[in-house]
Amino acid sequence: MPRLEGHARHRVRFTVNGHMAEAHVEPRALLSDVLRQQLALTGTHVGCEHGVCGACTIQIDGVPARSCLTLAVQADGADIRTVEGLAPQSGQLSVLQDAFRRHHALQCGFCTAGILMSLDRFLKDNADPSEEELRDYLGGHLCRCTGYVPIVAAALDAAKRLREGATHA
Amino acid sequence: MERVEDAALLTGRGRYIDDLGVKPGTLHAAILRSPHAHARIVRIDKDAASQAEGVVAILTAEDVIAHSASLVVGVKAPIECWPIAADRVRYVGEPVVIAIAQSRYLAEDALDLVEVEYETLPVVVDPVAALDTTDAILHERLGTNLVSERSFRYGEPEQAFAQAQQKVSVTVRYPRNSCTPIETYGVVAEYDPGEDSYDVLSNFMGPFSLQGVMARALKVPSNRLRLRNAPDSGGSFGVKQGVFPYIVLMGVASRITGRPVKWIEDRLEHLSASVSATNRVTTLEAAVDADGRIQALAYDQLEDVGAHIRAPEPATLYRMHGNLTGAYAIRNVSVRNRVVVTNKTPTGLNRGFGGPQVYYALERLMQRIAIELGLDPLDVIRRNLVPSGAFPYRTATGALLDSGDYVKAFEIALADGGYDELRQRQVEARAQGRIYGIGVTAAVEPSVSNMGYITTVLTPEERRKAGPKNGAQATATISLDPLGSVSVHVASAPAGQGHRTVLAQIVADAFGLKPSDIRVVADLDTARDAWSIASGNYSSRFAAAVGGAAHLAAQRIKDKLARSAAAQLNIAAADVEFAQGRVRARGNPDNSIPFARLAAASHWSPGLVPEEDQALRETVFWTPPELTPPSEDDEINSSLCHGFIFDFCGVEIDPVTGAVRIDKYVTMHDCGRILHPGMVAGQVTGGFAHAVGAALYEEFSYAPDGAFLTGTFADYLVPTATEVPSPVILHFETPSPFTPLGTKGVGEGNCMSTPVCLANAVADALNIAAIDLPLTPTKIAGFLHGEEKPRPGGKPASATLPKGNGRALHGSGEALVTASPQAIWDMLLDADTLASIIPGSHGVEKISDTHFRAEVTLGVGPVTGRYKANIELSDLVPPQSVTLTGIVTGALGDGRGAGHIRLTPNADGTTTLSYNYDAEIGGKVASIGGRLLDGAAKMVIRQFFAALARRTGTAPKRGWFARWFGGGA
Amino acid sequence: MKPARFDYLRAGSLAEAHEVLAAEGNDARIVAGGQTLMPMLSMRLARPKVLVDIMHLPELRKITDDAQAIRVGAAVRQAELLASPQLAETQPLLAAALPWVGHAQTRSRGTVCGSAAHADPSAEIPLSLIALGGTIELASRRKKRSIKAEDFFTGMMSTARAPEELIEAVIFPKAQRGYGYAFKEFGRRHGDFAIVACAAIASDTGTRLAIGGVADRPMARDFGPLDGSALDDALDEFAFDLDARDDLHATARYRRELVRRLGRATMEEARRCRV
Repeated sequence: MPRLEGHARHRVRFTVNGHMAEAHVEPRALLSDVLRQQLALTGTHVGCEHGVCGACTIQIDGVPARSCLTLAVQADGADIRTVEGLAPQSGQLSVLQDAFRRHHALQCGFCTAGILMSLDRFLKDNADPSEEELRDYLGGHLCRCTGYVPIVAAALDAAKRLREGATHA
Repeated sequence: MERVEDAALLTGRGRYIDDLGVKPGTLHAAILRSPHAHARIVRIDKDAASQAEGVVAILTAEDVIAHSASLVVGVKAPIECWPIAADRVRYVGEPVVIAIAQSRYLAEDALDLVEVEYETLPVVVDPVAALDTTDAILHERLGTNLVSERSFRYGEPEQAFAQAQQKVSVTVRYPRNSCTPIETYGVVAEYDPGEDSYDVLSNFMGPFSLQGVMARALKVPSNRLRLRNAPDSGGSFGVKQGVFPYIVLMGVASRITGRPVKWIEDRLEHLSASVSATNRVTTLEAAVDADGRIQALAYDQLEDVGAHIRAPEPATLYRMHGNLTGAYAIRNVSVRNRVVVTNKTPTGLNRGFGGPQVYYALERLMQRIAIELGLDPLDVIRRNLVPSGAFPYRTATGALLDSGDYVKAFEIALADGGYDELRQRQVEARAQGRIYGIGVTAAVEPSVSNMGYITTVLTPEERRKAGPKNGAQATATISLDPLGSVSVHVASAPAGQGHRTVLAQIVADAFGLKPSDIRVVADLDTARDAWSIASGNYSSRFAAAVGGAAHLAAQRIKDKLARSAAAQLNIAAADVEFAQGRVRARGNPDNSIPFARLAAASHWSPGLVPEEDQALRETVFWTPPELTPPSEDDEINSSLCHGFIFDFCGVEIDPVTGAVRIDKYVTMHDCGRILHPGMVAGQVTGGFAHAVGAALYEEFSYAPDGAFLTGTFADYLVPTATEVPSPVILHFETPSPFTPLGTKGVGEGNCMSTPVCLANAVADALNIAAIDLPLTPTKIAGFLHGEEKPRPGGKPASATLPKGNGRALHGSGEALVTASPQAIWDMLLDADTLASIIPGSHGVEKISDTHFRAEVTLGVGPVTGRYKANIELSDLVPPQSVTLTGIVTGALGDGRGAGHIRLTPNADGTTTLSYNYDAEIGGKVASIGGRLLDGAAKMVIRQFFAALARRTGTAPKRGWFARWFGGGA
Repeated sequence: MKPARFDYLRAGSLAEAHEVLAAEGNDARIVAGGQTLMPMLSMRLARPKVLVDIMHLPELRKITDDAQAIRVGAAVRQAELLASPQLAETQPLLAAALPWVGHAQTRSRGTVCGSAAHADPSAEIPLSLIALGGTIELASRRKKRSIKAEDFFTGMMSTARAPEELIEAVIFPKAQRGYGYAFKEFGRRHGDFAIVACAAIASDTGTRLAIGGVADRPMARDFGPLDGSALDDALDEFAFDLDARDDLHATARYRRELVRRLGRATMEEARRCRV
């Protein structure tokens, strides 16, 4: 593959929430910045830019990933999912999003997208998590508003509803 | 009730400041910040940066001062406060240079090319030391670090102490922390030269008394500084009060460049240079009766506001002035308040705002009283609580506690929370040899600040000259549009508290509509909306003040509409009722009109509606009469409402690690009338999490040389879901008689009560008299692990550092070099040899026989940087010993060290070279990689001596290296 | 915090990666998972000229094993190793240690070999390699070599990897019959850097304890069949030999005490776990 020159912009392509997307980026461009500024997907937020707070978490090729720790060029060809793609359709909420709303699992909402993308994956792999397992998993995210109690409650509720076969709110 | 805010926030449609589009041509700012805690700025070289790609301007203090004035300071003292460092820097992180470029990436590239030369000055980071120092004075014109001192007395404290049956005291040091919202500061500033006005979009949260400070700093009348808020804010907790100096900076940047300028703060900037809560040293003494009844309190508070006394400080100290007696009926109080500056981040609003510092002292004292007098801590609390039926109760220092039944809430909490069962749990745990403690705490949570409280810091004569200050205007506007829809506008600047939902509920209830019928706009625009100095989101004022104002506005409109309806329905106004979207006659529901039609009447047929009943738009400014200015005797009702909190908890301590596990936490809240239970619960659990962080994990740490050590989220430890348990929340409601809805604030309480409750539990577990936050494993293990036996065989353990966060790195070592001392000596003093020895050097310049300068590239792993090194030799005793003193500076940080080298000849012609060194490292690498610095310093120094040994011509044998590495360095 | 500029090469073959490393040496950095490199780039602590992305080389993405050992290719993610079937049986130490590596959200992207290359003194993967006596396979344009973990980790964030070399794989010995494995760690919060991490391996001839987070690299010592106060004395000596330092999160004294107590508890658990 060609060496991408640092001073120039290069085309990268990936699928985002099921659609093809394209951007022209320098190698150093962070995926978080490219998603937000070039692809107008501002639902993913930036809280620390060193991978600790988890606000920027998206899914790359099906697994949670800190978009602030990913270069857009690394993601060329990948399948990306962001919070904008969680809802089954416009005006509807996913089971997890709905559980968050019912349990007041968000206040300012800034950390929420990252937690949703993380939990979305987790609940697909863990149909019946214990509270301890959930808290352990949520340890990769910082929230300053809720104290985590309603987030845990929402996640347990969503897990239950998913087990019962719910597909959307 | 679900929140109206959530649908957008859950689907990625939030509108935080960095999500909003900006005008084409908007430039981006990056800030170069001081790596030193205290230094003179000798020279700034911005030429290369100015030519860099995409750069429009590089600004320094010179530019900012030309277009602005100092920020107003809250005390009468010859001291200024600028948003950028001028002739000197006073804290790590202080802005020094601003690059404005086409993108943030390019602006940071430009900053890489800026060279700043500093001359370091003596540093002081401890507030007590700040009082005593003579050489680390931060503000020359002031001549001292003491920026304010005031004493107060209420009742007869001297007499009470003289007659005291017992005296108990505590001295506590409250540490620095911040609520660090996940969204950082953001500003988009635009200057209009045609109108000499500024238009700023930001996530500034108030108080809007600071609008005047900003306008004056920008040298425009306040109606030429338009402040707008982004519709969504990613949390504030008071912290986004500190955006205001950056609004001034970016305003000036826009003025100079002629373009809008956008700045989004990054996390490293936020941790070192946004705001911090104050750290405070408090000595609190009580005069106590044998039964635990407190007759008097004597406070000595030493408040550390950081490098500048930046507005609204010393508000943190005075916010609680009316509440210094907490939940207790104590009539005799003396207070001595001193405020100092130190070489740390300037302080500001933070959740709890002064409460954590006061309650830590007061409630630790309550535990000590119980222990020293041999009483049950519950009895001591109960005996001193403000008695039932005493409300509204005026405290000794002037607060009017609006409502409450503290004793009843306390008893209910003990019963419903299972206190006895918890004590039993402790008994059983202790029987098993486990370390288990219980803490209790009572606190009064003030809300809705009296804007006059800050003038308590002035003397009565000063206040008279300046004019009285008091009150807290809350505003709400309700408008009815031509189709009869209802809109509400408030200046509440929410950051997640669900203001729009709660307001929709309040107004819907008033009008008999559904909440979904009400549109609430909470994004503030000072050019359009009703606002006042108290506007904004802080001191938990929303439910009581803003909600109350909205309720009043709705009532006014309702009264007008009722009169119109009465005329149309042919009934008395008193018989009009609003329900289910209609306005109807009580007792005859068929006699009704749709609300929307009635509401629209003033638009469509104003002539048919009496003038005084035109109901188009109603703006209410509500200020409660109870918020009076400080009296001549310095009494101040610093807040309108007072909630009551009673907490108790059980903690267990791991005997090996000293880690604290919260076994159970019960928190009882009386926050007046509850409007929305889900939101109240959220405020409590959120405040609780902040408090657990402050108690166990978070601290802004500084080295004695002022290096800032907790510069990333890897070292500033925000608790996660695995660290924060679920508290048991109990409620008790005594509505406030002073607010329109009977509500009180609830957001800050646990920040005030929980840290000290946990500390009391830990003190109980360990049976110790004193402990300060944070309750770290190392600190607690100090009480558990006992004295360490010295190493057998006499080899000393590595020297431990001084207490606190001393950054002094030291080590020693020795090696065998196959050369004579003279040969080695000659090498050390030869510039060319040094060039080949100093790790990564690009050439050594000999200034004199004992003074060398070099450019070096130093690195550990992937972290490398270029540095300028300045090395001097002293104490020369050729060829036996020499002291090498070095200073190394570069973009990544700076280091200072001294090493002593001794050359001892051996019989076989070899030399034993022994050295020891002391070093300090500051700057970016210290903030980011403090944990690894020791090893890095060790490695670099080792590289130097290894190279020296190689240079003598001997290829070192593997065994030699092994001995070298094991040399204790 | 935006990185300085660098070129980027997505290696299409190992040869291509070797070419760049040979040409650029220390000015080139391998990017695999990026979880440790990216923050350093964003904070401008590291300024390579070129990043070489090795994640698309199929030969590096494999976990293979034989009777003796598990071989983990350089592009294998930490989560993939953790999820590999029967890991709890084939190497229980790894199954116990890997959940302590960062968080689930970083393990999904970070690589096993990347952690070894980074050589953070408190990292669990280097500690496991030292404890188990694993090896690291290095390759350059000119040659391949295999190096023992104890020789590979030379100091804080320093390894024996030459600038033109890249790590192709790390090898973990599999669990042996009659051996017991245990892992314990203490950090301030879940997922934080270890203040002290302990890995113990017990056999019939004795117990080996490896400690991370104290010295500038993980260090192991074999304690033979020592027990009782003799073991305490030996652990005491080990604790001092590790040359603990004070830092922001713990004192040297505290670390030594954890070596003594947590280390001992880990050794005892390894002994109990012998199968």
